[in-house]
Amino acid sequence: MKTSSPLSKQAARSRVPEIITGCIIVAIYLLVFVLEQVVSPGSMLFSVLKKGATYALVAASMNLLNGFTGLFSLGQAGFMLIGAYVYSIFTIPVEVRHSVYQYYDGGIIQHTLPFFIALILGGIVAAIFAWLIGLPVLRLKSDYLAIATLGFAEIIRAIFQWGFLGPITNGSNALRLFPNFDSMNIRQGGDPSAPVSIYFSTTSAFIIAGICIALIFMLVNSTYGRAFKAIRDDEVSAEAMGINLARHKMLSFVISSFFAGIGGGMLAMFMSTVQAKNFTSGMTYEILLIVVIGGIGSLTGSIFSAFLFVACSEWWLRFLDNEMFLTPPAKIQFIVVAIAIIAAISLLTYFRNRHASPKKRKRVYLLTGIADVLLLGWLLWFQFMGGYQMPLLRNGFRSVVFAVVIMTVVLFFSRGIMGTKELPDLIRDIGRSGQNLYHWLCGKRGTGKSLKGGANDV
Amino acid sequence: MSESILRVENVTMQFGGVVAVDNLSIEVNKGEIVSIIGPNGAGKTTCFNVITGVYAPTNGAVYFADEKVIENHPQGKMKTMYKGQNAGKYTSVATPTPDRITNLGIARTFQNIRLWKSQTVFENVLIAKHMRRSSNLITAALHLNAKEERAMRDEADHLLEILNLQDVRNEPATSLPYGQQRRLEIARAMATHPKLLLLDEPAAGMNPQETKELTEFIARIRDEFGLTILMIEHHMDLVMDISDRIYVLDFGRPIAQGIPSEVQNNPDVIAAYLGVEEEEDA
Repeated sequence: MKTSSPLSKQAARSRVPEIITGCIIVAIYLLVFVLEQVVSPGSMLFSVLKKGATYALVAASMNLLNGFTGLFSLGQAGFMLIGAYVYSIFTIPVEVRHSVYQYYDGGIIQHTLPFFIALILGGIVAAIFAWLIGLPVLRLKSDYLAIATLGFAEIIRAIFQWGFLGPITNGSNALRLFPNFDSMNIRQGGDPSAPVSIYFSTTSAFIIAGICIALIFMLVNSTYGRAFKAIRDDEVSAEAMGINLARHKMLSFVISSFFAGIGGGMLAMFMSTVQAKNFTSGMTYEILLIVVIGGIGSLTGSIFSAFLFVACSEWWLRFLDNEMFLTPPAKIQFIVVAIAIIAAISLLTYFRNRHASPKKRKRVYLLTGIADVLLLGWLLWFQFMGGYQMPLLRNGFRSVVFAVVIMTVVLFFSRGIMGTKELPDLIRDIGRSGQNLYHWLCGKRGTGKSLKGGANDV
Repeated sequence: MSESILRVENVTMQFGGVVAVDNLSIEVNKGEIVSIIGPNGAGKTTCFNVITGVYAPTNGAVYFADEKVIENHPQGKMKTMYKGQNAGKYTSVATPTPDRITNLGIARTFQNIRLWKSQTVFENVLIAKHMRRSSNLITAALHLNAKEERAMRDEADHLLEILNLQDVRNEPATSLPYGQQRRLEIARAMATHPKLLLLDEPAAGMNPQETKELTEFIARIRDEFGLTILMIEHHMDLVMDISDRIYVLDFGRPIAQGIPSEVQNNPDVIAAYLGVEEEEDA
């Protein structure tokens, strides 16, 4: 009888966090759809959301490989390139092919596929390439695998720009005029020149990325996903427990590349033009950063940080690149608000880390102190230098700030935003902390201790 | 009774110029508990690694249930370097990977515990069930194998219950005390439905009480699951208690074999092994 109690505990494990997660996801989709109808379609918001959805998918696919299977691969840009090219080659309408392939007599492919079939085909072609590359390369481990896959991405980029393949890839010229996200908007009577009746471009990006990420999530939580995690944790014992290493590594690599290919197709839809020179290794590093910042082994983290990353780099930190002038009343208002924000964040950091281990606490306090001194120094400089131009803001400063933020995250929060937790786990934690807080407020001090633990976990 | 389940035949394992296992032959019959003992560096774990496919032997063959599973002979540079015996006796090559061997029904535990660190106790056992799946990637990824999944989970829970690990079911595997981690390794190995279980120092680091429990436990799983057990062990109490037969290795060579009382009184063994240990203990 005694042994059955953990079983019943298991059965009674609440499904509420999963339900809340489902509600949050539905709410986000509804919100995106409504925003699209209300806000002007030229807004930066939609650009960020579309690119964010694309990067979220690619980051999730990279996380499947790097985070869940423990294979450090840097070939993502190469597979995205394949997906983007396959998508655009097969969706350019036949009647405009002559203007796109103007140096190659309209190209040799004269078929057009529906956009979603072309997207999936892009994924499949990327997966086939991954299989061919994987045969020799997956024997390698860690850094060597990363170097080999990086090399592959560079080779692919060079090959697609090769003039000999021009009739297919258009050489080093851009592919364009294929259906992009704006083509997803529903127009009156289906006439492309008619005014838009229902905006659907951002929502469609969310739906494509959402389906793919849901598939990755289900895979990760299946028996295959568990086998991937076993390989990540310990290859030797995974093999000793009957997991075929070559087969499972290949599976993970191929599936990851499939979704990277679809992500590439989405990027093509976002950018409206495809040119091989844009798919540099820099793109892979951006995605790697997203995975690391979000948490290696957390899909939620990858999604979250993809949007955060895109929003910061394309939108929120843009102001750092522009010289800015503030006249006296606005200047003092800005300084006061800025100081208030800095003080609030510093206090929050202080209270959140009160009960952390002494070593961590020291580090966090030191870091906060340095950041405070720098920011306040900047504000004082602005105040007492005279003139109305904000110091330091100029073209290129954004990259500096961005790099500093990323270095900080990697150095001091090496487990990323989410660690290995997913959204339901997070909700469960918050619920537990809330419960503890409730007990604590009601005077049941006995549980107060776990409140601290819970607060640090979140 | 004397139905052979594992036969190691003239296995030699040579690393460069070092012969780690020299012309070793072991026979394990169905339902037996056989122990391999010997001083440190005698080649016991190397022998396990050959049986489980981690190393391809330099020369020799391994039979499982009277079927040849592994066979190799010196090749390439090793042809001239080979120092062992029976050169030329084996001519074909069969070196399956460890997962193939596990698939046949040989499961093992590790001397240095190798649990999957980021997984819970339950997940460690559950993952080992992956090999016996019948679902393919698509049905598994789309969660269409709910029935099989439930069966896997139930069996994993059942194993945890047998090994008395139910209370720590949802703990991270590495947070367990040493003795429990060893038990979990056994549970994980048993989740692959083996016929032959290889235990590499299952009692290492256990206190006398835990060792006693483990002794009873090994005898029990042998009877309940119809397992055959081959183990490497240093705890003489445990070895002498439950072994049907014992092989003694020294410097890669088998120096004695037989039932426990024979081995205990074998002068070679006392000289090579027990004598040394008594000195150390004193």
